[in-house]
Amino acid sequence: MNWLIFGLLFWAAAFALNLGLARSRWRDTGWARVAAPLVFGGTLLVLWESLVRGLQINPIILPPPSAIAARFSQAGDILWLDFVQTAVKGALSGYAIGALAAFGVAIVVDRAVFLQRGLLPIGNFVAALPIVGIAPILVKWYGFGWQSKAAVVVVMVFFPIMVNTVQGLKEADPMQRDLMRTYAAGYWKTLLKLRLPAAMPFVFNGLKVATTLALIGAIVAEYFGSPIYGMGFRIQSEAGRLSMDMVWAEIAVAALAGSVFYGTVTLMERIVTFWHPSQRG
Amino acid sequence: MKSILPILSVVAAIIALWYAGAVWMNSSWTLEQAQRAGTKPSLAEIIADTMHQERAVLPPPHQVVAELWDSTVNKRISSKRSLVFHGWVTLHATLWGFALGAAVGMGLAVSIVYFRVMDMSVMPWAIISQTVPIVAIAPMIIVVTNLIGIEDRLVPKAMISAYLCFFPILVGMVKGLRSPDAMQLDLMKTYNASGAQGFFKLRLPASLPYLFTSMKIGIAAALVGTIVGELPTGALRGLGARILVGDQFGPPIRIWSALMAASILAAALVGVVGLIQRVTLKRMGMAR
Repeated sequence: MNWLIFGLLFWAAAFALNLGLARSRWRDTGWARVAAPLVFGGTLLVLWESLVRGLQINPIILPPPSAIAARFSQAGDILWLDFVQTAVKGALSGYAIGALAAFGVAIVVDRAVFLQRGLLPIGNFVAALPIVGIAPILVKWYGFGWQSKAAVVVVMVFFPIMVNTVQGLKEADPMQRDLMRTYAAGYWKTLLKLRLPAAMPFVFNGLKVATTLALIGAIVAEYFGSPIYGMGFRIQSEAGRLSMDMVWAEIAVAALAGSVFYGTVTLMERIVTFWHPSQRG
Repeated sequence: MKSILPILSVVAAIIALWYAGAVWMNSSWTLEQAQRAGTKPSLAEIIADTMHQERAVLPPPHQVVAELWDSTVNKRISSKRSLVFHGWVTLHATLWGFALGAAVGMGLAVSIVYFRVMDMSVMPWAIISQTVPIVAIAPMIIVVTNLIGIEDRLVPKAMISAYLCFFPILVGMVKGLRSPDAMQLDLMKTYNASGAQGFFKLRLPASLPYLFTSMKIGIAAALVGTIVGELPTGALRGLGARILVGDQFGPPIRIWSALMAASILAAALVGVVGLIQRVTLKRMGMAR
């Protein structure tokens, strides 16, 4: 009971703090923008912990964050092994191959208007399809190792990146192209100095969408067969054994990997497209 | 209209590539069989054989279409072998998930636009929530809902698809609700419009074009979520389950036909939302 009261009081205090923050004169400063979500997230954790303790919820259904954190620090080497197998070997290598292939195809497609007209609608259509479903097929073709996971990731990230790149390459306006012509710049010079930089905001849009898809693809593919390690494998087998603290620890790894992955791409975007209005803020 | 020809030719190229791939990938089986029988098949014979293998590595398109036809038209709809039945199960969960996700997304969007504290504390977490691979949570949601005593698999599936589709709707709606410019907002003020009137007569209508665009993304994401929810831990019904069963027991062609059915369903769902968008925006005089 005490835990429940503590949780509610903490919640009320944090809510008041954030409300005050949103109305204070520092509300547009950088640290307020960071502090508010941190307070919100921290409150969620405290509320979770005190609800689980106060209501005495079975840890099989919902383990408290403290138990998850304990498991996280205990099982560090297992989690690291799974992370390397799924996120680095499966998702990251597939992401790199898929992104490069999509980039290359987009540049080829861009040269022919005919191909553009044909491939853009189809690429948009395919990007909306449930492509994860091909995971069992690719696992059959390429075996249980990380190669099949990378293959699933390649297919999943290809279309969003390609469509965005083709669209981005159209961004440079005729006036700018004319200027390049007056400089006597050929196709490749124009591509490198004008059109690729202009396309970068779009390319990064595709790259950002693809980060999440890459992790999803790598994890789903493990449900259809994997060696006895890997995040998807571990989650499924531990959920079957009802050791939920391990499942949650693995989810925390997945969340962390996803956020860091997304954050890295966002950081690269900021460096590459520093000139874009949305980055100058 | 002028893009019909390019689209058709790209589709034709894809089908041609598919056939070439089928010949290439299935031929090893043909050659193996021939070696066992001690015969040397000609190229034409190899190609002919790769077109109708029962357990093809890559079934050629006509085989997939035949299987699709067989499992939709030739089976009773209530039969467990009918893809219409499995498609209905998936569609049902997708629509529930979409409704849930849309409600959550719209509700959050309105509160984010109207309350600064929500914008500051919730919006960053909404973005972070999408970097968490939901499939990591799917098996757990299924096990936990089972433990709590919810037998129906609809609930976990709908939750997963709602998780995937609420974000695009949230982002689109926030953008839309903020799209009226200061001039329009001022005009509402000079009309002495109340807060509710400002919302229903200006912000909400202005947000619709954005909302529909993001709903098209959202419903496709909801379908992906449902199928992902059906993949792990032994679901029996639904297109995702069909893919799983085809992978473990049945002939591989079933995976392909289920995939094809899922794609048709995705296209239909996006198409329906697009149609509603066109009709609504036309009646509102916002058609572009």
